[in-house]
Order: sequence, then C-alpha cells, then structure tokens
Amino acid sequence: MLTGVGFDLAPGKALILRGPNGSGKTTLLRTIAGLQPLLEGRVHCSEDAIAYAAHSDGLKASLTVAENLQFWAEVFGTSDIDVALTRFDLLTLADRPAHALSAGQKRRLGLARLMVTGRPIWVLDEPTVSLDQASVARFAENVKTHLAGGGMALLATHIDLGLEAPVLDVGVFKADPTSSIGGFDEEFL
Amino acid sequence: MKALLLRDLKLAFRSGGGFGLGLAFFLIVAVLVPFGVGPENDLLAKIAAGVLWLGALLACLLSLDRIFALDWEDGSLDLLATSPLPLEAVCGVKALAHWLTTGLPLTLAAPVLGLLLSLPETGYVWLVTSLALGTPALSVIGCFGAALTVGIKRGGLLLSLLVLPLYVPTLIFGAEVARRGTEGLAVSGPLALLAGISLAVIAVLPFVSALVLRINLR
Amino acid sequence: MASIWEYANPVKFMRLTDRVLPVVALGAAVCMVAGLIWGFFLTPDDFRQGSTVKIIYLHVPAALIAINAWFVMLVASLVWFIRRHHVSALVAKAAAPVGAVMTLIALITGAIWGEPMWGTWWVWDPRLTSFLILFLFYLGYIALWEAIESPDTAADLTAVLCLVGSVFAVLSRYAVNFWNQGLHQGASVLRAGAVTGSDTEEKVSNVFAVPLFVCIAGFVLLFLALVLLRTRTEIRKRRTAALIARERLV
Repeated sequence: MLTGVGFDLAPGKALILRGPNGSGKTTLLRTIAGLQPLLEGRVHCSEDAIAYAAHSDGLKASLTVAENLQFWAEVFGTSDIDVALTRFDLLTLADRPAHALSAGQKRRLGLARLMVTGRPIWVLDEPTVSLDQASVARFAENVKTHLAGGGMALLATHIDLGLEAPVLDVGVFKADPTSSIGGFDEEFL
Repeated sequence: MKALLLRDLKLAFRSGGGFGLGLAFFLIVAVLVPFGVGPENDLLAKIAAGVLWLGALLACLLSLDRIFALDWEDGSLDLLATSPLPLEAVCGVKALAHWLTTGLPLTLAAPVLGLLLSLPETGYVWLVTSLALGTPALSVIGCFGAALTVGIKRGGLLLSLLVLPLYVPTLIFGAEVARRGTEGLAVSGPLALLAGISLAVIAVLPFVSALVLRINLR
Repeated sequence: MASIWEYANPVKFMRLTDRVLPVVALGAAVCMVAGLIWGFFLTPDDFRQGSTVKIIYLHVPAALIAINAWFVMLVASLVWFIRRHHVSALVAKAAAPVGAVMTLIALITGAIWGEPMWGTWWVWDPRLTSFLILFLFYLGYIALWEAIESPDTAADLTAVLCLVGSVFAVLSRYAVNFWNQGLHQGASVLRAGAVTGSDTEEKVSNVFAVPLFVCIAGFVLLFLALVLLRTRTEIRKRRTAALIARERLV
C-alpha cells in the first residue's frame, strides 16, 4: 500500500498522520502495532512499548465501565484505574454497564484504556471520532500530559488537537501499483 | 491470563452470555429422543450412552462461534493480540472458559438425563468419566474451528461443517467408553485412547489456533 | 539452472501446461475407453460374483484417486506454507472438488456393488465409514475456500485445515476400525467378499488385473488433466482480478 515511509519519534514527541481516506493510514498503524506483517522495511521499536487503539473500543456491553477498565489493567499488569477514570471524566459512570453508555462515553472509555496499559507509545487511529468538543479538549490535555511524562504518540486524525507536533502526509507515499510489492497478485500478470 | 478467564466467565454468566443455552439444548435432545425411537425402556437403555454423548457434542457445538466472534466484532481481539498475553495462551484460556461454561455443566447434568433415558446403573460412572475426559477435547478442537472461521460473516454453519468431522475420533472413543461401561465390559482401552486424544489436542491445538488467528487478524 | 520451482511461476506454469494438458487429456481418454471396454465386455464373468464384479473397474480406481487427491492437497498445502508459491495453493484448491467427486463415485459404486453381494446398500464397515468421513473432510475444505474472500488468507487457512484434517483423518480411520470391531465382529465375514484395493487384487486373476491397471492409469491421467485444467482456470481468475486491480489504481 505505502512505500518509502520513514520517521523517527523521540520521547515526549508526537506525530500526526494525515491523508485522504484509503491512503493507508490504518494499514500503517496496524503494521506498527504488529498486527500486520511488513512487506518490506523495518519498525525499530518494541511491540511491547505500544498501546494501540482503533475505531472499535473492545468494550464488553454487559460489563461495567470499571470492570472493562480493570480487565485491561490486569492484562497489562497495572492496577490503578482511578487516575484513568478521573482524567477521562468517567468516575461518575464507573458502575454503569457499557451498553448504557453513549457513543462518546464509550469512546472515552476506550481511550482511558490507553492510560492503564502503562505503555509509552500510543498508536491511535482516529481517536476523536464521536467525541464532543469538551471531550476532544480533555483528550488533547491527556495526550499532552502523556508526552510531558516522556511518552510518545502517533495519531491519525483530521482534527487539530493543539499539539505541537509535525504532520506527516501519507498520501505522497502511495506505492506505485506496478511495483512488485503492491498489494495484489503481480505474480499473475 | 486469570483476568481473561474471569472476564470470559463473567460475560458468559451475565445476561445475553449464553450460559445455560447448551444445557437447555442437551435437556431437549434427551427429551426428544424417546419421542423419536419409542418409549420402550429396553431400547432406551441400550442407546442411552450413545445418545447422551451425541447430545453433549451437539450442545458443545452450539456455543463454539461465541469463543472468538464476539471479541472479533468489538475489536477486543485486536487489543488482546497487541497485549502482553501470548496469543497461544489466549486460545488456551478461551478454550478453558468454554469448557467451564459448557463441557463441565454438561458432564454434571448427564447423570440426570441418563435417568430419563433409563441408563443402566453400571453406566453412570463411565458416562461421567468419559464426558469429563472427552469434553475438554471438544472445546479445544472447537476453539480451533472458531479461530478458522472468525473472520467469516455468519460462519456458524461453516464452523459446524468444519468441526464435526474433527469430532469423530473423540466421539467414537468417548461413546465406546460409556457403552462398554454400561454393558460391564473392560473400558481401559478406549479410555486410554480418549485421554490420549484429549491430552494431545490440549497440548498442540492452542498453538495452531493462535497461528490461524494471526492469519485472520492480518 | 532448471529447477522444478521455476514452474511455480504462474506464467511459466501456464505456458508448460498449455502443451502438457492436451497430451494428458488424450492419454486419459484412450486409457479409460480401452480399459473400460476391455473390462466390461472382454473379460469372463466371475464364477461366484457373476457380472457384478465388473464394477471394480470404476470402483477401485475412483477409491485410489479419492485418497491420493487428499495427499496431493496435503503436499501442495505444505509447499504453499513453506515456499509461498501461489500455484501450489491453487493446485490444492483445484484438487479438492475432484477428490470429493471421486470419493462420491467410490461410495456409490461401492453401494451398487454391495447390494447384490451383501444384500444391503450400506454397511457400517470400517472402510466404507472412513470414506464417508473423508467425503465430509472434502466438503469442509471446499466450503472454507469458498467462504473467505482474500485469496491469500483463504490459502493459508485451508492449508492449516488440510494439515490438521490429515491428522484427524488418520485418527478417524484408526478409531473407526476400533469402533466397528467393538460393535459387530461379524463384519469380517461379510468382507470376505472383498470391498476394495488390495483384498480384491489378490483374488483377481490376471484376466481381470490387466484391464484394471489400464483403468487405474486412465483415472490417474483423468485426475491430472482435471486438476491442471482447474488450476489454469484459477490462475486466469486471479490474473483477471489482478488486471482489474491495476486498472483501478493506475
């Protein structure tokens, strides 16, 4: 899909990916997160440092907000979910089952999961979908706090979060469809 | 891993989790069989062990597509794959959770249904033993089938088509133990083979399931 | 350096099979016509089984191909897994329906043969049962290919299924032997009439054996021709898809 993409991310920095729909942002992020194999090239970072969040939040409808978060905290070997709940303004909803949340609240819970992973690199695919303006601002604050603590973030988003971060347009890296590493069956031509 | 097991159990017991569905199905099969073959106790006693094994197997099949499909739909499978848990362990734990919510209750309910089908007294011990040894294999093999079909929409029917032939050896040895036990014959041969199949699939198939899941997640 | 893997390239494979296929198909037709006419009309009736025995010329070759088609799939799946040659995966895909049909032919001719011999269309004899299970494995394999859209994912998943299925098929064969011996010991007496393969060949004299071998050769060539033809179709399908994809991107 993409070719010639290259970037470095230093601790405390963020990078924003832009590009038209279907330009390969999601593929790039999934590959970095280790969900898809690379056709060519390398990713110089440990998969164990990455916390990945995509369009779906991985919430269980019949579990409460706190239970959902607690589960991911235990999987990632951390225990403190209160900070994440407070930061994403979910404390009052903690005992509500996830199916009773609005789309924006679900999204906030999905993003709160990032904090309980305790991992330094956040890889986020359209994190602000269905968030209202106040929530977007709150989310941007949380990303800034994360960066200030030495964390890193790689975001695919079209909303200006007010982050002092360089923007990478992936549209220009589109692979030449006639090259040998294209995503379809060149071998058959 | 404990967290995942507890979560899966919690989900199964909460509303809409599907726990009890398999048990109810097992009960219905046991009730319907006499309608199909007639009420003579002699005939029922003869086929009870086999029918109960078949019923347990089908009840197991019923809940297989929930193992991975739900986690796939809501994105948790992606997140689990990027979590510190090895995917092999995830598959093992998922199969264990399936067994605890399906195979174990079926095994415990089987004697009661044996009563309904006038299973001879000698049969109860061996029926329960064979189910206790065999149902873990059903869960693990089913977990493999569920991993294969996870990306397919409405893959439930395909899942059955793929998994049922794989169930043949387990069914044969399991039902053989129960039948021989009922007739008072020596059971050690099929019992050893049944245990062998269970142990082998428990040892190997979670790795294959994880491999298949990785292919599906690409 | 000529290596067999060169033909894993679809273009080279197409060029080679373009020349090979007609030869194989012609060979299959000649062998089958000759073998079947010879077998049906030019051999004497068996003193015990009468003319019923002549179904052997369909039954035995079909049964042989039914099993060996699965082996072809197994090897092709392994090659795909290890060397990632697309043609290999497509050969496995192409062989499955042919194998399934051969299994069905073996089952049906077996039933037709069995009716006058045993007085029943079907016995739960270990061999018959194994073939029925094999047929189910074929169905599952074909259904999985059909259900998955992405061709590479489908190739990977069906290859895994083929490997796991092979292990379970062998296990089932063993289990079925065990199960039937436990159920009715009398089956072996029935089987004295011989069902397939080695049992029969030992009993049949040369008069029957030579046309049988011609028929087997014919079936092997037929299988080869069908698999090549189907593989070529699959390659063309993929080629079309690739061309459409390129057109859309350029």
